[in-house]
Amino acid sequence: MSAVTPIDLPVDEDQKKTLARGERRVESGGFAKGTKRRLTSRGATIAALVIAILWTIPTFGLFVSSFRPANEVRTTGWWTILSNWGFTIDNYTTVLQSGNSQLTLAGAFINSIAITLPATAIPLVIASLAAYAFAWMDFRGKNMLFIAVFALQIVPIQMALVPLLQLFSRGEIFGFPVIAAFGQAGYAQVWIAHSIFALPLAIFLLHNFIAEIPAEVIEAARVDGAGHGQIFFRIVLPLTMPAIASFAIFQFLWVWNDLLVALIFADGSVAPMTKLLAEITGSRGQDWHLLTAGAFISILVPLIVFFSLQRYFVRGLLAGSTKG
Amino acid sequence: MSSFLTWLSTLPALAQVPVIIAAFVVLIGILIFFIEIAPRRGRIYTILRLAACVLIPLLILAALESYTIAIIAAGVLGLLFFWLDYRSSAGAGYLFQLFGFLAPAIVLLAIGLVVPTIQTTIQAFQNARGDGFVGLDNFIWIFTQPQAIRTVLNTIVWVLIAPVVSTIAGLAYAVFIDKSRGEKYFKILVFMPMAISFVGASIIWRFVYTARPADQEQIGLLNQIVVWFGGQPVTFLSADPWNTLALIVVLIWVQTGFAMVVLSAAIKGVPAEQMEAAELDGTNAWQRFINVTVPGIRSSLVVVLTTISIASLKVFDIVRTMTAGANNTSVIANEMYTQFKNFEQGRSAAFAVVLFLLVMPIVIYNARQIKKQREIR
Repeated sequence: MSAVTPIDLPVDEDQKKTLARGERRVESGGFAKGTKRRLTSRGATIAALVIAILWTIPTFGLFVSSFRPANEVRTTGWWTILSNWGFTIDNYTTVLQSGNSQLTLAGAFINSIAITLPATAIPLVIASLAAYAFAWMDFRGKNMLFIAVFALQIVPIQMALVPLLQLFSRGEIFGFPVIAAFGQAGYAQVWIAHSIFALPLAIFLLHNFIAEIPAEVIEAARVDGAGHGQIFFRIVLPLTMPAIASFAIFQFLWVWNDLLVALIFADGSVAPMTKLLAEITGSRGQDWHLLTAGAFISILVPLIVFFSLQRYFVRGLLAGSTKG
Repeated sequence: MSSFLTWLSTLPALAQVPVIIAAFVVLIGILIFFIEIAPRRGRIYTILRLAACVLIPLLILAALESYTIAIIAAGVLGLLFFWLDYRSSAGAGYLFQLFGFLAPAIVLLAIGLVVPTIQTTIQAFQNARGDGFVGLDNFIWIFTQPQAIRTVLNTIVWVLIAPVVSTIAGLAYAVFIDKSRGEKYFKILVFMPMAISFVGASIIWRFVYTARPADQEQIGLLNQIVVWFGGQPVTFLSADPWNTLALIVVLIWVQTGFAMVVLSAAIKGVPAEQMEAAELDGTNAWQRFINVTVPGIRSSLVVVLTTISIASLKVFDIVRTMTAGANNTSVIANEMYTQFKNFEQGRSAAFAVVLFLLVMPIVIYNARQIKKQREIR
């Protein structure tokens, strides 16, 4: 479970318009001149400032501490930085080399990348294939199947973890061996597990976008002799790229930030950073100079993604409720 | 397949990424190619379709190294499917296309979510090794052991507190910063925790909560504040029952940004005319907020509340990283993992089922909303 979930819950039509309107206004930046009137008082601004500071201080403290010499971190609070001056990057070099017998944090960082990229790309492609069929092909029981897929996303992944692990490691379903076990399969288990768990939400959100493509566009392509394969590849995929991109950001952050799936499916030397950090927190919970630096390394990539793609992030967050 | 994966795992970590993605793209390319040519008429296309129908399922099972009989059965089923498709009323090839689009997702969902969910449900009624039925024993254990009861109660406390507080905080913040100067930057500050992993957030807050003995200088901010006000340092994470609250704060810290962004967009969508009309009627800011804004964003509020409720029910990472469930802070999702690690498969499954049952009311609520939505259309 990660911190990030796009809203996938349905809201009614009016609300959807309200949200879409609000989102447009946020994105256009300015508000219509005539209606611009500050409804907030000075008290509200102060309250907002207080909340903003409260919310930022914990991260700021972590950031400052990660650059302080180990001894200083151990004995003085980071807010005394002005009287106990001193900066170092030793914490970072140390923590990247520390870990357990199988893995250092630097290796775990590489693992996180190696897990996250395929686990983002694979489910998106599979989901857009299915979403296309749900949006533009007719078959009996379509609505039922679609609702079933939608309902699946609220099955907690805890329900699936252990049996899925048995399938991977022993090839068993219901205790009967059906396929060869994956053996020393490296990242494969995590990739597949993440891909499967992402599908219900991805299908649902992408369907909403793909269904919005004007029917004339699809029809015109069909008249020109394109089959479903070409329509999907040449028309639907390019047109839904913005939606796919914004969902990709979520999936990326979800996988990068995940701990539970990693704990079950990524053993030993393929563990991502979240798992190793949780382990270090358990075993060396008072080595704050290491923990702060380690935590900062792990949140660095999400923060970069967040700050550079913030707009898509917000749009994606509102996607489920404004589109569809 | 397993030898391919074994070979793949011998490559350097970052080299595996392009290899697996390339392999995947090739497979999808082949699939789309067959989908494209499926509806075409002519003998050659029919033969190609026949070959695809039989060979694709056969090869997949062969790649997974299943039993020979299963591999052959898959081929026969493919043949049967070809015939069904050939005779289908929508024209030969239509079913093939439909299957091509849907099968990857549906098959993965079936083996990765549906079947495991059924298996877990069955395991919940079995013993630790999963080879004998024990009836309701696992559930009786959950609801009679003081520790396990505490776990369930903690989860309920999470669900009662976290969604409400984050929604209120997010709403208040959204209203306070609405149309203020630098709104964008205000938003980023509160929204940022959402990008951080729960593990990262937990470490951040563990640092805030750290306690040192009273005679030493404090390095945790919260305890320093306590000391400044003349108190004794508190070990927040072991002070039962307040430690659960200390953990809930982390989730609130993360989820407030989510609530704020959604509600802020909703507030901006409330028609300005309504606000002006209310203003002309001589209402004050609070009355406008209660009587115009809140009704206007009602269903966004519901969405935010239910989304955060689901997140709080499933909360795992925070508890795992902060306390690992020590000092009576465990929640259902954490206990499910702990029992699994202790080779108590039955109890672990039972916890998963309890979690599922707690999420269920929200599922039903959602399904109703969808239905309503479809009727409006």
